[in-house]
Amino acid sequence: MSAAETLASSVRKGAPAITLAGVNKWFGALHVLRDINLDVAMGERVVVCGPSGSGKSTLIRCINRLEEHQEGQIVVDGIELSNDLRSLDAIRREVGMVFQSFNLFPHLTILENCTLAPIWVRKMPKKEAEALAMEYLERVRIPEQAAKYPGQLSGGQQQRVAIARALCMKPKIMLFDEPTSALDPEMIKEVLDTMVMLAETGMTMICVTHEMGFARTVADRVVFMDRGEIVEQGVPEELFANPRTDRLKTFLSQILRGH
Amino acid sequence: MSGASTDPRLLRKAPPRPLRISWSDERFRNIVYQVLVVAAVLTLFGWLWSNTRYNLEVRRIATGWGFLSREAGLPIGEHLIDYDPSMSYFRALLVGVLNTLKVAIIGIVLATVLGTLLGVARLSRNWMLAKFAGAYVEIVRDLPLLLQLLFWYSLLQGLPGPRQAFNPVTGVFLSNRGLKLPYIQWEAAHSWALLAFVVGVVITYFYRRAARAKQMRDGQIRPIWPFALAAILGLPLLVWAALGAPFTPDVPELRGFNFRGGLDVSPEFFALLLGLTLYTAGFIAEIVRAGILAVSQGQWEAAQALGLPRGRVMNLIVLPQAMRVIIPPMTSQFLNITKNSSLAVAIGYQDIVSIANTTLNQTGQAIEGIAIIMLVYLTISLSISLFMNWYNKRIALVER
Repeated sequence: MSAAETLASSVRKGAPAITLAGVNKWFGALHVLRDINLDVAMGERVVVCGPSGSGKSTLIRCINRLEEHQEGQIVVDGIELSNDLRSLDAIRREVGMVFQSFNLFPHLTILENCTLAPIWVRKMPKKEAEALAMEYLERVRIPEQAAKYPGQLSGGQQQRVAIARALCMKPKIMLFDEPTSALDPEMIKEVLDTMVMLAETGMTMICVTHEMGFARTVADRVVFMDRGEIVEQGVPEELFANPRTDRLKTFLSQILRGH
Repeated sequence: MSGASTDPRLLRKAPPRPLRISWSDERFRNIVYQVLVVAAVLTLFGWLWSNTRYNLEVRRIATGWGFLSREAGLPIGEHLIDYDPSMSYFRALLVGVLNTLKVAIIGIVLATVLGTLLGVARLSRNWMLAKFAGAYVEIVRDLPLLLQLLFWYSLLQGLPGPRQAFNPVTGVFLSNRGLKLPYIQWEAAHSWALLAFVVGVVITYFYRRAARAKQMRDGQIRPIWPFALAAILGLPLLVWAALGAPFTPDVPELRGFNFRGGLDVSPEFFALLLGLTLYTAGFIAEIVRAGILAVSQGQWEAAQALGLPRGRVMNLIVLPQAMRVIIPPMTSQFLNITKNSSLAVAIGYQDIVSIANTTLNQTGQAIEGIAIIMLVYLTISLSISLFMNWYNKRIALVER
């Protein structure tokens, strides 16, 4: 398999968590993912970066099938993504996702946001689900907000609730889709701190982000995408210090100028 | 990011702002404006009142409610309660109110069902269905209701007579005498079965609540529909069977120039109901569509990413949020159906306006007649508003 060869430089921590082989996707005539080969091992932390419109978000949205790919193979936790709804539900139970715009449920309290999926998907008794939710709300350091509604919280708090909500399903893999892009600078730090803490627990993570500091601290590997392709990937220090392609050089110079 | 203990200084309330007697104080200015407006309104009403009394006196018109107990002598074709022309005006007006309520309530139910289906259809991925719903909404919304009522009424009037009536299914006849439907001879057993049906609906509601509470305790998700089926359909059937299962069909039959037996829907009522339902369904369709679209795609995605199946996403996430957008304009549409039913006058359905109008002409009690019409619509409309506002408040979104 050619996907395995591209991984030669990356750190292997365990069994494969996610395998993408020859994945292609089009939006109408627009070819948004071109021949993507990517392996992520259990416990690995991968940061995906690249200019806007490069297909990073589409890539991770394909992993839990919020987007459908048209060609190639995606295997998550040993289950291949297909049109079979049962396998899709099984994958979504094991893969948590955090969105750029939080997407909390505004008609439910913070606690209810967190217990909804454990109750309805994991079939957990309410008391147990609430205890679990409080545990994770404490871990993201906002247990005192449990009875409030999302509209009453700041952006940073909402995003931390969104992380807790995903963790309540005890996923094996977490996907982050630009989790800090919609936040004020002062709130970015509290969310990143939460993500670093999560990384330290050994969670398998794929993060689409422009936060290069975060990539340096926690990522085992950085994947650089441009125009729907994976252009370069490697250990963060090396990738940032010695970019091999012009496209990555340009991207890095733009990102660094911005900071 | 602050912890649980709050600085006591943060709990201090804003001090009350004293009122300054000065034109540059906004609050003072607002109070003055409000006093002036109230005074102007009171003066206007006072003038109208004295003017009316003066003119009534000059024309020697007696006012009062005495006429209500006099014999009406006015024939009414359709009545839900016992009525003949020898009864009082009060009784006649009551028949009118019930006729208005009949068309309004059935219209509201049908328009809501049809409108919701059309609204969802317009969002369908099926091209044909979406375009059909779109075309329907555009045509129905853009033509005046009165025109549509006249159209349906003339269409029904233009149907062939009873002898050549359309007979699509055995027992169903559509002619210029209206719609005839098969019915059964109503017996006590049927009333008991109907009661059992209502009981079935009520206990299904409580069963659902109990099942939900039990789920919250042990986590098991229990399907409701087997119980609902047994309670809502099974129980009435059982009661009916236990009471000897009486069933005497009452099928309309052509006798001479008209039909005998069966359930009778007059062309006037049918045209009015058809017009009101089809017209209002167009508006309700748009309201439902807007409500569903108002829930962002992100809500679907977040719920699906958590592993919730589509049906649960709809019930637990999308509908509760869509309802908040749907309820207030829906209330307006319910009020519209009720008030638009007064166009019944144009096609000869005897609703409250039609009967109050005749009363007014026969007795000359114009002010009382108009007052009765206004009172009836106000009462119905305020009842609908109160109920819908209560419901809306119950599901309101908390922000800040």
